[in-house]
Formats: sequence, C-alpha cells, structure tokens
Amino acid sequence: MTWVLANLQLIGSRTVSHLLLAVPAIVLSFVLALPLGWIANRFRWSRATLLSAAGLLYAIPSLPLFVVLPTILGFGVRDRLNVIVALTLYGIALMVRSAADALASVGAPVVLSSTALGYSAASRFFQVELPLAGPVLLAGLRVVAVSTISLVTVSSLLGVDNLGLLFVDGFQRGILAEVLTGIVATVLLALIVDGLLVLLGRLLMPWTAVRR
Amino acid sequence: MNYFTQALAWIADPENLHGDGGLLARSWEQIWYTLLAVLVASVIAIPLGYLVGHTGRGRGLVVATSGAARALPTLGVVTLVGLIFGIGLFAPMVALVLLAVPSVLAGAYAGVEAIDPRTKDAARSMGMSEWQVLTKVEIPLGLPLLIGGLRSATLQVVATATLAAYVGAGGLGRFLFLGLKTQDYPQMLAAALLVMVIALILEGAYELAERQAAQRLRTH
Amino acid sequence: MKTRIAAVLMAGALALSACASSNPLGSASAAPSGSPTAGGATTTLVVGSQQYYSNEIIAELYAQALEHNGFTITRQYQIGQREVYLPELQSGKIDVFPEYSGNLLQYLDKTSTAKTAAEVNAALPAALGSALRPLTAAAAADQDSYNVTKANADKYGLATIADLAKVGDSIKVCANSELEKRPYGPTGLKNDYGLNVEVIPVEDSGGPLTVKALKDGKCDTADIYSADPSIASNDLVTLSDPKALILPQNVVPVVSAKVNEQAAAVIDKVGAALSTDELVALNALSVAEQQSSAVIAKGWLTAKGLLS
Repeated sequence: MTWVLANLQLIGSRTVSHLLLAVPAIVLSFVLALPLGWIANRFRWSRATLLSAAGLLYAIPSLPLFVVLPTILGFGVRDRLNVIVALTLYGIALMVRSAADALASVGAPVVLSSTALGYSAASRFFQVELPLAGPVLLAGLRVVAVSTISLVTVSSLLGVDNLGLLFVDGFQRGILAEVLTGIVATVLLALIVDGLLVLLGRLLMPWTAVRR
Repeated sequence: MNYFTQALAWIADPENLHGDGGLLARSWEQIWYTLLAVLVASVIAIPLGYLVGHTGRGRGLVVATSGAARALPTLGVVTLVGLIFGIGLFAPMVALVLLAVPSVLAGAYAGVEAIDPRTKDAARSMGMSEWQVLTKVEIPLGLPLLIGGLRSATLQVVATATLAAYVGAGGLGRFLFLGLKTQDYPQMLAAALLVMVIALILEGAYELAERQAAQRLRTH
Repeated sequence: MKTRIAAVLMAGALALSACASSNPLGSASAAPSGSPTAGGATTTLVVGSQQYYSNEIIAELYAQALEHNGFTITRQYQIGQREVYLPELQSGKIDVFPEYSGNLLQYLDKTSTAKTAAEVNAALPAALGSALRPLTAAAAADQDSYNVTKANADKYGLATIADLAKVGDSIKVCANSELEKRPYGPTGLKNDYGLNVEVIPVEDSGGPLTVKALKDGKCDTADIYSADPSIASNDLVTLSDPKALILPQNVVPVVSAKVNEQAAAVIDKVGAALSTDELVALNALSVAEQQSSAVIAKGWLTAKGLLS
C-alpha cells in the first residue's frame, strides 16, 4: 500500500495511457466485426471460412504481432497505432463469432415478417435485426473489452506506456507491490469498463432489463 | 527475400529443427504446456461448472469471478508468481490455468443449464436420482458446449503459453524472446508460425471431437 | 473440414506474406532532426531510457540537470532495449540517452576488436554515425558480470570465470535470453575459457528472479549487471575476467544534433560526478527503498550541488 500511495501519479498516468490504447481498439473491433459477422451469416461459404480465420488470428502470439505489424503498416513499434491495430485484430477475432451468432439468433420468421411489413434490407437490419441481436452482441463486446484491456499489458515489453510497465519495472526491481498494483489496476479497469458496457446496454436496450 | 520466406527457411534449417533446444522439442513443450494447463483447469472448472449448472446456485458468483479472471493480465501473473516461487514452469502454469478456467467453467455450466428443464424433470419422474440425472442426462447432453469451452480455452492458452519463456521455462516463446532481443525477426515469425500450426492441429482435434459428440447425441 | 483447413491456411499465408522485409523496429516515420538550435533556453529535448530501472535513474539525472539549466524536457522512459530505441534515436525522435559503451559498440559494430575502455570510447563516434555523438563517458560502469553464490565460491574455489570448469562439464548460466548470441556468451566462454555453457533465459535483466534462481541452485552462475546492489546484498561473488571477454561498459550519454554545447556541458557535469559506487547506491535506493527515479535523482543532484 505504501508503494501505491507513493506512486499514485505514476499509476494514474499509466492507467490513462492504458485506456487510450484499449478503448479505440475495443470500439474498432466492434464496428469492424459487425459487417464481418453479417457476411459470415449471409453466405453458405463464408461462415466456416471467416470463423476459422478468426480463430487462427487469435492463435497468433501477441509479441511477434506487435513486432511484425509495423513492417506492413510502416510505423514504429512503440507507436500507439501499432498497438491499437494489433489489439483490434484480436478483438475482431473474438467478436466475429459473437456477431455472427448474435445475428443468427434473430429468427427467420422475424426477418421474413419484417420484410413482409415492407422494411427495406438496410432498415430491416438497423431497426429489427440489430436491436434483436443486441443482447448477444453485448455479451460478445464485454468479452472483447475485458480481454483487450488485459492484453494491452503485453505491449509494455516493447516499452509502450501502459499498466504493464508496472510488471516489467516491478519485476526488475523486485517490488512485489508494484507488480500486484499493475495486476489489480488492470482487473479493476476491465471490470469498470465491463460495468459501463452493461449500463450502456440497459440504456440502449431497456427491454432486456424488464425481461430478466 | 521477405521475412515470411526467411522464416520458412529458418524452420527448414535442420540445425534449428533438432536437438534439445530445437524447434521440434520446443513445439512439443508448447503442446505439452497447453494440454497440461487445460487439463488442470478442467479438473478445477468442470466439477465446479457441473455443480453450478446442476444446482443453479452460485451462478452469479461464478460468472463474476470468471469475468474478473478473464481480465487477469497473464504477463503480470507470470511475473508475480515467478517472483515468489522462482523460475521454471510453475509460474507460467498458474497463469495459464487461470486463463483457461473461465472458458472451461462457462462451457461446463452452460452445457448443463441449456438443457430443457422438461428433459430433466422427465428423467426424475422416471425415478433417476439427482446423481443419475447429472451423469446420465446433463453431462452427456452438455458435452458439445463443454467441448466448445475447452476449445476456446485451448486456443487462448496455446498462444499465451509463449510467455512461459519470460521466466526461464521452455516452449516456443524461447524463440520469440531471443528473436526480439537479437533482432532476428525471421526467428520470431518462425516461432509464431509454428504456434499457429499447433493451434490448427488442436482445432482440428476439437472439430473431430465436437462432431463425435454431436453424432452420439443424435443416435441416442 | 478440408475446405475449412484450406481456408484457414490461406488466411494465415496471406496475413504473413504481407510482411515486408524492412526492419520493423527501424521503420519509424519521423524525419531526421533539424540543425542544432542556438540558445539552449528555448530548446525542448527528449530524454529517453532503456527498460531498466538503473538506466531510467541516469536518464532522470540528465533530465533534471537540464531542466535546472533552463531546458524543456520530454521524458520517454522504459523504452525496450536497443533494437527498439536506437532507431528512434537515429531518426531524431529522442535526443539524450544514457548508454553503456562496450555493448553499444558491439551492437553497432559487430566486427569491432576494441577491448579496453579507451579503445571502446575511441571507436564509438565513428560507429554511431553522423546523426548521433557520444559525450564524455563517466567513470561509472555497469557491465555484465558472471556471479556465483558465496557457498559455491568457497566449495569449489571459484575466483575467475575459468574456475567454473571445476563445477562441472556443463555450466548453466541464468541471464537474459540475448546472452545466447552475445560475444561474451556461450561462444566467448567456450573460446576464451573452454567452458560448455547452457543459457537459462530469465528476462529480468539480472534482477531478483535471476538472483533467486542462482541461490535456488537452478543455475551455476548468473549474468548480473555489476552496478546491481543485489550482488552485495546477496553476498554473491563476481568472477574476474582475466581475458577481458566482457567489454567495459561505462555510462556514456548518446545525444542527437539538437543537443548544443551548453546542454552537453550540463550532461557531462553529471557524468563527471558519477562513480560506479555511487551508481550502485542510487540503484539500491530504487530496489531497497523503492524510491522513484525522480526522487532519487533530485536527492543525488542536490547532494552533488548540481541543482544550485
């Protein structure tokens, strides 16, 4: 506890940097995975292909990805963008399956009847399918958010500023409290973001709260 | 020549392939670490999952705890446990088991929970004891979801197991760290490729297991 | 199943074949730094440090001394190892960086034959190229060293690295993984001292886990930086290196063209006051007292009269 109190400012700035890496990645994964999930459901060939590709993407160890990505994208290893892109890839890998499952969970009768009611394909997607898929999408997004926040820490091995630096520094100096602080802060951050997502879900999908 | 072909050349080089610290030995370690972690996680999580799924009690607690466990940064856990217990496999194994538990747990209890209550009631009305309901109805019917849980746990662990090398254990992570610190990127990429190949093999095995489980359910 | 695997393989191949062959860590996009700025007071300098607490302390010494003399400082600490930060230094993203002479030279020039501190210092400017220059090397050194426990030193009579042969036919060394490829690693130990060595990688730069592994008997010797206070606090014995296998590693500031003579003088004054013993003491404040680099630097600079 003494270490925490003596280093509040450091912990605070590391936390902010951590969020600046995690939040864009979480948002991007969600936005990009949604159309992929739609494609996965839409065509016969696409589901197995996309989901397997996503599974394999997730199996890439993060450390080499952080190093190899810059060769493709042309920016430095410590560049925030590098980390955000890598995290987004993992996020998409997780989210595509949820998105596909969520959209598949909307029954064919619902889709057909809304078509019969005169919805165009686009308005049917946004006004019927997406809201109905909401709860499953939210569940997927929560997993992505939590695992992304946890995964950010690996980039600290390359010197990117985030809570993971507390592990690396505490490891070298033998300060258990510092390592523990890094772990606890990461978990807390994840739980807070998770809680906010649940709240957001209640606001956007009030009917789910009633049903429970 | 780009990194990708260099990495393939690196893998193909017999000098890198064989021996104590060769790619084959390290790949085997990687597989072994992965399976061990999933096995230990299963021993912990499957009974717990069945208990929760069967009784319906403690679900909130289990969901909340496994949510928090998902957020545990593996690098931090490896570091912390390593600082306390020293180098070797113990610290990474603790971290990997913690990583695998939530998925296995979710697979176990979701499998039991998803069964139609009427099916369970029917089993009870046939005179089955609670134990029989669990072993003869819930466990077999929940198998596909359990295998799904094991599958995602394995997929998560297989890549993360590379962090074991951070604290003196083996596995393909050795090549990642050595490659990183000596700017030998083909070596890093080669190790990453092998991790993906291992993941692919394990995925294939799960695919078969899932089909078997689904088939058995149909014929029953 | 078959099509699924094929699809996955294709996706993997696509992802990987997209990798270009340029150095990923060297592809920083920043333009080279501009010409030296006259009049230090308005110059903003970026001070960087390795991902190593002791290096961060030295960087913080430079940073605070420069700030005291009117420079504006941006701190970029805990940047990985050389392969991450050197490209950033070379591209002008970082202006001041504490380095270690021998290892830096070996990194830049793999064929260098320099052995003594003087030879290393003489060879550095050319090796660094035109964008960077070394300032005066401090007396303080922090170099790789092979250490054994006191118990083993007494038991086997170990004083020099060559004595490790008495421990057994194959020697286990706990060290960062890169030792495997360093000239003073297994190859050098074999050539100079006839030792067969296996590296047990522990990625804490000779930190507490390495020390613990040595004390637990998981390895016979450990590569620990000589300014690490844990050598003394754990009663370890540093083996001498009569063949000068390990290059001298004096602390040497590496600076960009943006660092003018006034700033260089400030940094050199810090270096001139820094001895190895003092570096060990500073490190001890970080490890044992758990003080932050800012607190440690302020205390030391004040005591040395460099902030007055």
